[in-house]
Amino acid sequence: MPNMSLHKCPMPSQEPEVRNKNFSEVALGYTPEMAVGEAQRCLNCKNKPCVSGCPVGIDIPAFLAKAAKEDFEGAYGVLSASTALPAVCGRVCPQESQCEGKCVRGIKGDPVGIGRLERFIADWHREHSDKTPKTPVKNGHKVAVIGSGPSGLTAAGELAKMGYEVTVYEALHTAGGVLVYGIPEFRLPKEIVRREIEGLTKIGVKVETNVVIGRTLTVDELFEAGNEAIFIGSGAGLPRFMGIPGEQLCGVYSANEFLTRINLMKAYKEDAKTPLLHAKSVAVVGGGNVAMDAARSAKRLGAEQVYVVYRRGMEELPARKEEIEHAIEEGIIFKTLSNPIEVLGDEHGSVRGMVCQEMELGEPDASGRRRPVEKEGCTFTLDVDCMIMSIGTSPNPLIRSTTPGLETNRHGCIVTDGEGGATTREGVYAGGDAVTGAATVILAMGAGKSAAHAIDEYIKSKQ
Amino acid sequence: MYEILEKQALNPTVTKMVVHAPLVARKAQPGQFIIFRASEDGERVPLTIADYDREKGTVTIIFQIVGSATMELNALNQGECIHDFVGPLGTPSRLEGLQRVAVVGGGVGCAIAYPTAKKLHELGAQVDSIIGFRNKDLVILEPEFEAVSSRVLKMSDDGSWGEKGLVTNALEALIQAGNKYDEVIAIGPLVMMKFVCALTKRYEISTTVSMNPIMIDGTGMCGGCRLTVGGKTKFACVDGPDFDGHQVDFDEAMVRGGIYRDFEARSREKTCALLAKEVK
Repeated sequence: MPNMSLHKCPMPSQEPEVRNKNFSEVALGYTPEMAVGEAQRCLNCKNKPCVSGCPVGIDIPAFLAKAAKEDFEGAYGVLSASTALPAVCGRVCPQESQCEGKCVRGIKGDPVGIGRLERFIADWHREHSDKTPKTPVKNGHKVAVIGSGPSGLTAAGELAKMGYEVTVYEALHTAGGVLVYGIPEFRLPKEIVRREIEGLTKIGVKVETNVVIGRTLTVDELFEAGNEAIFIGSGAGLPRFMGIPGEQLCGVYSANEFLTRINLMKAYKEDAKTPLLHAKSVAVVGGGNVAMDAARSAKRLGAEQVYVVYRRGMEELPARKEEIEHAIEEGIIFKTLSNPIEVLGDEHGSVRGMVCQEMELGEPDASGRRRPVEKEGCTFTLDVDCMIMSIGTSPNPLIRSTTPGLETNRHGCIVTDGEGGATTREGVYAGGDAVTGAATVILAMGAGKSAAHAIDEYIKSKQ
Repeated sequence: MYEILEKQALNPTVTKMVVHAPLVARKAQPGQFIIFRASEDGERVPLTIADYDREKGTVTIIFQIVGSATMELNALNQGECIHDFVGPLGTPSRLEGLQRVAVVGGGVGCAIAYPTAKKLHELGAQVDSIIGFRNKDLVILEPEFEAVSSRVLKMSDDGSWGEKGLVTNALEALIQAGNKYDEVIAIGPLVMMKFVCALTKRYEISTTVSMNPIMIDGTGMCGGCRLTVGGKTKFACVDGPDFDGHQVDFDEAMVRGGIYRDFEARSREKTCALLAKEVK
């Protein structure tokens, strides 16, 4: 008999006034009792609507059934058959618009807490299991993966399981891509990322850090080295700025730079060697998940006021609802319907304020969202000493400019054909933000997984 | 890990290291740079490639000991390893087709100007080098410049070496003496590059400068190294580090370069204390 409670078991978390001063993980995770109880809420629907909402197609009712019977290791077996990074997905996937968005229990009451259970199972496995994964039998074929973010790691894991000899090339000194430089410790502890990558290396994936494809090596050279196919998962690229006066003042960061200093370079630690301005009052421009990460990080670094400045309304914020709620709880102030028009500087060239134009919502635009229009004559100034631009990125030119035959669109994103991510160059596949522009971790993982299967078919078809 | 094969103090504040980094050496070209981290928790710092040997798989770096990261690097000895060493980054200098070039180097910037002068010499260009230092104790690479230049003009701030004066004085004298240049390449402190550009603009001589702003990833991800060039935002790591000197906003670059001055000063003291303790 399933647990018919209408409510999802709440996630134990650090109190807002405590957590907004530290970088430890906000959510503390279920206890085994909570996990079993929550898993028992699954009705085990025959048509499995939740699975259709999962970009990597996890057999969700199967893993929940095992969890409901306290067979946590069995549940992990089901998860790991479909996802290379369950501890990551359980933390950062937008479940409300994916698996949980399709859950039948959500029609009347809360959907099953699939994300929280995925996280619990992955954490349980990491803490309790000493089973070494089986090393797959090698099939004698080599594939190179460019980038060690979510799409690259997923593609690498899938290919390694099929028996391919996979090498992942990473430009930075640590593997993980956006999981290590972008998403903060309080949402995704770096130790967890490290352990997930360690899991991949145990099944034979090689990771080469400090190699920039397009500079240190080229795609052509990867083919010359005996790779039969290449997956490009190089990520989102260069940060965008608004082009308003004062953007070069000291104290104006891109979200990428601000978060990289904090996450990759650990500038939040007392004895860190990488510097970071510790501002009193911070404005984050933009309304996506990255903006929430930047705002919440700024608060943790001791800023008294942190504003999120967004040109549309609260309803239009593109960030996950949970992230917005967490931010509000932690004391982030939302200045919606506001658009920065100038950054003001002091005599030392540092930020001292930001002038904003008030906006109102007009008719819907091409994206279906109501277009923000200027409210004539209405401007205001925010007293801030730091501004973080989080308005998106444009693709990195290094690979496209050094790879003959690789087509990109007018935005610079790699052009692919179909789900498998085949590019215009034979044997080269691509996925993740390098193809779509900035999107989510799980979409990148889905793309990496599909590409791995397309690569497998391609290599087999050549024999 | 990247082994230090040779280490040499060029003067009390400038060190040369030859580092085993075969992948970097295979591709390196003048104008490009590397990013190093001396230790596992070190800062990422860019350094321009001073020389390379493709056969031996080595890359030479020359750096001034200015902050805690370079201090940490300088504490490593021959036979020890640099934790991270990635490159070659940035766009190579465009030197093909140049016939007569004045290469202007200031201080440790000479370490970057030298491979450029050498490459130009190899390409058959006539190179006039103007190198300047604060005083004779800080002079580096003098014989190297002599070997690749038609003439070398030597300047020092206090007159203890070469002529007393600034590199701009020497450059202007050459121009006024009727020397014609296709290109002036200036590499050194921002203020030096700024004044070289002001001078060459007056004489309408195309001028390239090599910018070295604060950087983290060096691959076009963080945007920390942005500069204003010709009124537009450019990223030194992928668009540069070479830029048209007449278009660069040097004043802005100087302000941005000082963002972390206080932090750096504190960090330097801490590292000093730490290194002193290790020595004891």
